[in-house]
Formats: sequence, C-alpha cells, structure tokens
Amino acid sequence: MNVQNHDPARFSYYVTDAWYGELVADYTDWQTEDRAIHDVAERDLFRRLLEQEARLLDRLLFEDWLKLFAPECGYWVPSTPDAGDPRREIAVMFDDRRRLEDRVYRLRTGYAWSQAPSSRTSRIVANVEVFRCKTDDQRMVRSNFLISEFWDGDTRTLAGWAGHRFRKLDGGWKISAKQVNLINCDQCIRNPSIIL
Amino acid sequence: MTDLERVRTPSRVTNAPLYDWDELVQEDRVHRLLYTDPAVFDAEMTHIFGGTWVYLAHESQIPNPNDFITAKLGLRPLIITRDNDGVIRALYNRCTHRGTTLCRWDKGNSRSFQCPYHGWNFLNTGKLRGVPWPDGYASSLVRDPKFNLAQVPRVSSYRGFIFGTLNMDAAPLPEHLGPIRKPMDEWIDRNPGGRITVCEANRFKYKGNWKLAYDNSGDGYHVLYSHHSLLETENRFKDEETSKGMSYYKTQPDELPMYIQYMGNGHHFKDKRPNLQARPGGLWAIESLHPGMEHVAERLRAKYGERAEAMLDLAGSEPVNINVFPNLSLLGNHIQVFQPVAYDETDAVWYGTRIEDVDGSLGDDVVADINALRMRTQEGFPNFGEVDDIANFEQIQRGLQCTEDEWIYMHRGYGIPGRTVTLDDGTLKAPATDELFMREYIREWKHLMKTQPNIAIRREP
Repeated sequence: MNVQNHDPARFSYYVTDAWYGELVADYTDWQTEDRAIHDVAERDLFRRLLEQEARLLDRLLFEDWLKLFAPECGYWVPSTPDAGDPRREIAVMFDDRRRLEDRVYRLRTGYAWSQAPSSRTSRIVANVEVFRCKTDDQRMVRSNFLISEFWDGDTRTLAGWAGHRFRKLDGGWKISAKQVNLINCDQCIRNPSIIL
Repeated sequence: MTDLERVRTPSRVTNAPLYDWDELVQEDRVHRLLYTDPAVFDAEMTHIFGGTWVYLAHESQIPNPNDFITAKLGLRPLIITRDNDGVIRALYNRCTHRGTTLCRWDKGNSRSFQCPYHGWNFLNTGKLRGVPWPDGYASSLVRDPKFNLAQVPRVSSYRGFIFGTLNMDAAPLPEHLGPIRKPMDEWIDRNPGGRITVCEANRFKYKGNWKLAYDNSGDGYHVLYSHHSLLETENRFKDEETSKGMSYYKTQPDELPMYIQYMGNGHHFKDKRPNLQARPGGLWAIESLHPGMEHVAERLRAKYGERAEAMLDLAGSEPVNINVFPNLSLLGNHIQVFQPVAYDETDAVWYGTRIEDVDGSLGDDVVADINALRMRTQEGFPNFGEVDDIANFEQIQRGLQCTEDEWIYMHRGYGIPGRTVTLDDGTLKAPATDELFMREYIREWKHLMKTQPNIAIRREP
C-alpha cells in the first residue's frame, strides 16, 4: 500500500475499531465542571469557529465548510439521546471524511430531490462551553443550536446540542469529530436531508 | 374461546357503503380518492389494519421476560409484552377505566403498568391487579374480566417476526404468508445461525398516504430517476473496478435476470440477486463506499483469506425487496415498517439489524467488525436514497389535489402477451420494472375493503 492509497477522502482505512473506541471514549463523561475552561479568550476562539461553521452552512458553502474538518474526521448524528456505540447501532447520520464529501457531492448533483430547491436555514449557536482533554492538542466544545429551516412552503425548527472535538493540526484547530444531538433524534423526522 | 368479545362497531344511521370499490380500483388504474379521502383512510384502519395480519414487532426487541415495547396496529396504540413465562401479547395501550394510555415509553422492562390518571394497575398479561380504594365499587373489579386490558386476539410469530390480527376469519399466519415465506427464510438464513437482532433505526415521517410507500416497495421503474443523486454519488470515483449499488438498472433493466414476483395476499418480492456475480464476495463487490470498508476488508482478507469474502457479504445490502402486506418490507439488511398516521401522513421506520455469533463459527472480532460495517452500509440508502423517494411521495400527495385529474396509472407491463408468467405455485413473475405488484396488491386491498372482517378483541379470563 502506498501512502496515496490512504487518502481519507478516497479510501476509508482510518475508521478502525480503535478509532471508534477513541471516539466513544472522547464523547463519554466529558461535560464536567473539572474539565471546563473558563478562559474568555479561548472560549471566544471556539465560539467564533462555531459561528463561522453556522455561517458557511447557512450560505450553502459546503466545500468551505468541509475545510473546517481534519482530513480524518467523523460526523455523527446519533439516533438515541444517549448516543450509544456506533459500532453496534444505526445513527441518523454517521460519516467519515469520504461519506461527508459524498453528502456534499449528492447535494451538488442537481438531482437530490429532497433538496430541490434547497432549504433555507438560519442557525443560532449559543451556550458555548469548552472542555479540556487528556492532551493539550484537543478540546471538546459543547454548544446548543436552533436551526430554523424553510423548505417546501413551511418553516420548522430543529433543535439540540452539538459536541465538537477539535484537534490542533499545523497550528490551527480543526474539527476531528462533530456529534449532533437532535432533541427528537429517536422520533420520525420529516425530510432529514440538510447538513446539521 | 369464551374470553373473546366480538366487536360490532355501531354504524352511522345512513349505513350506506362508502364507495363502489370496483369503480375506484380498476384493472390498470386507481382513483385518487384512495389517497386523498379521510373516509377511505378510516375504513382502512378497520378493513386493512383490522382485517389482515399486520407486522407488530420483532422478538429480538423483547428478548427477556417482562420486556415490552410500544407499537401500533393501524392507529391503535399497543404494548407488546413478553410476560414472565415468555408469552407474547399485544395489549391495547388503553386503561379500561377511562381510556388513558398506560405506557408512554418506547420500550422497557416491567411486570405491570399503572395508569397515571387514577392508578389502576395491570399485569403485563393484561390482567387488572388492583385499583385504589376498591371499596368504592359495588362489586369487585379485579374479578370481572371486562376490566382486564383488551388485547389483539390473534398474535403469531413467524421466525421471530410478530404479527397480529383482530380478524377471527383470517387464515392462520403461515398460510396467510404463503410463498413469501421462501424469500423471508432466505433473508433470515443468510445470517449466521439464521438469527438477527433488531437495533436502532432511521426514522422518517412524510406528509403522504401510507400506500405511497407500499407502491414504492416493489418499484423497479423509479430507481434511475428518483435515485439519480444516489447513483451518481456512489459512482463518483471512476477508478473503481465495479459499478456500485443499483447501477445495473442503467441499461435495459427489463432484460436482466432480476424480476418481480407476486406472492398472493398482497405480498410481493423483487429479487435482484440474479444480477450479481454468483460467488462469495459478489455482493460486496457492488456495495457502495462506506466508512471503514477498506480497513475491514483488508484486515479480514489478510487474516481469513478466501473466507473473508462471505464474511464481507454479511455487511452488504442484500439486493431484495420482500414486501409483506400491508406494513412490512425487508430490504438490504433493514426491517422497514410503514405506520399510517393520517390519510396524508405516514411514518416509515427503517430498523437496522445486526448479526450474532450464534455458534461461535465467526469469532467475536469478525462479528464486531462486520456489525460496525453493517451499521454504516445500512445508513447509506436512508441518507442518500430514501430522502429523495419521500420527497417524491409528498409531491404525489400534493399533485393528487388536482381533483378533476382522477386516475393513477399502474399499467406498466399490462396487456403485453407473455410478459407476466404464472409459475407452478400460482405466483406471478414479471420483469423488475413492471407495476404488476401494484395491480395485484391493490386487488387484495379491494377484496379486504369489500369484506366485513370478523373483528374481536380478547381479555384474560
């Protein structure tokens, strides 16, 4: 195997049992007061990243949005409030880098009928809290979101909280995992076709 | 059976038949009213969802004594329980006192259910255990069977799939399923030990009639068009050795060995397996690209050599659509359930399934890897395919608001001599893009709508 064949945008070699294990561990018992970072500047830095992400998605700039993610990343919308283990459970959405790019590619084909025309969204991100990890090159960030989505003549609300796992790569923070917890994740959802 | 109560619902004083069903359901077309009239929907809840066997749940969802899940029979809320002795019942989730639902949780484990309103307490057999301050009643409630919970009088499992019906005249379940049992058996038996466990689900709601989903379940005609974005996406890398997913529909799909087969009683089967290379790994070769697949394939092939191909097929999406009228569809590795909500609203739940290492032949590491991969393959179609179908279902419901343009056509393959073949067992076979399955299942629908079901409920004696 040469190195090129392991490009995560093309081949999925990094999604191993160990990778899943680390993901599940990182998303277990992480929102605790002893890990909270109170530094205002740091909190503002991550708040700005989340607001940037919301802006890119609202403006349908999906290719720019993908650049916020680390090359090896995960996008996870659990189907239960306790998230569970994605190795044993179906998720509403669970993408690695390649499938995340599939998701964007599909929306760009012009034949994604569930997004023809595209939804218009207005995302509010709030209640941002930053949490320390074992190593200093990683942070967990919790935020609440409220997405107003106009589609097919109606405006609806999608609400919940997100957990972003940021990693420092080449001097900047990249999203290495994003977990989106819809408050109605275990209920039937109409047209779940926008990127959350 | 003395514990049966025959149910003759009072009819409105006019007592006129709702429609001349022969006018609405013709050989090659159906009237829009089947999808748009709330009165037809109300009649379906009795004649279809009360008149034939309906899929309720899978036994693996209530594996232990006193497990329960909530479900619905048409619009009737149910609690599916396994009692302490292992007996499975479908209890009406309705307090016999004033009608409150007893259980508001999706699943759990409990020997009893207490009504939140006045505290009546019922065992998971349906038997009334006690009421607060019983002296206030002139006679003992717990000794009167009419205060035990109503339950579906006939509950029967076929290889783990639990069905129920209120109709005492319905044929026994195995007979009712008939020839659709063969593809069900094959779908079950491709898993180790013939066992699957139901796990979480991709859950959809759409603003459309429930039959729009059943009309789609055997439809080989829509694939290239409704799923255009999916097919483009899963074949976006041009250096792959094989075309992925349902690409075989692209050229002359009628001439391929895949077919649609009508199995009687509204059930039908679309079999795309003959399109595949008949070898271990033939299914895996066309599986579209999912998280972890290269890693797992490389690991299993390095460790198990040629045996790895059949293992990987277990994570592949079995190319069949096994449709059991009116509300069950086995496709890929999914158990899809159609749940009517209103004449213009439906829930469609795509339960995932995982394998178990029943006899130890695979080993824990293989089962863990295959299941992790199988979760990801199962998320693929709901995320990138079903969303577009459902958008189209909603737009059909909207289009059908054109009152004067009355007919929905389902005549693909109709009237072409030799196109549909009757097999020795009486089942009908046609090319995979034919609407044969629609014409035949709606004939069964019409039969049920014309027939007065012999409806009963049961209570513990």
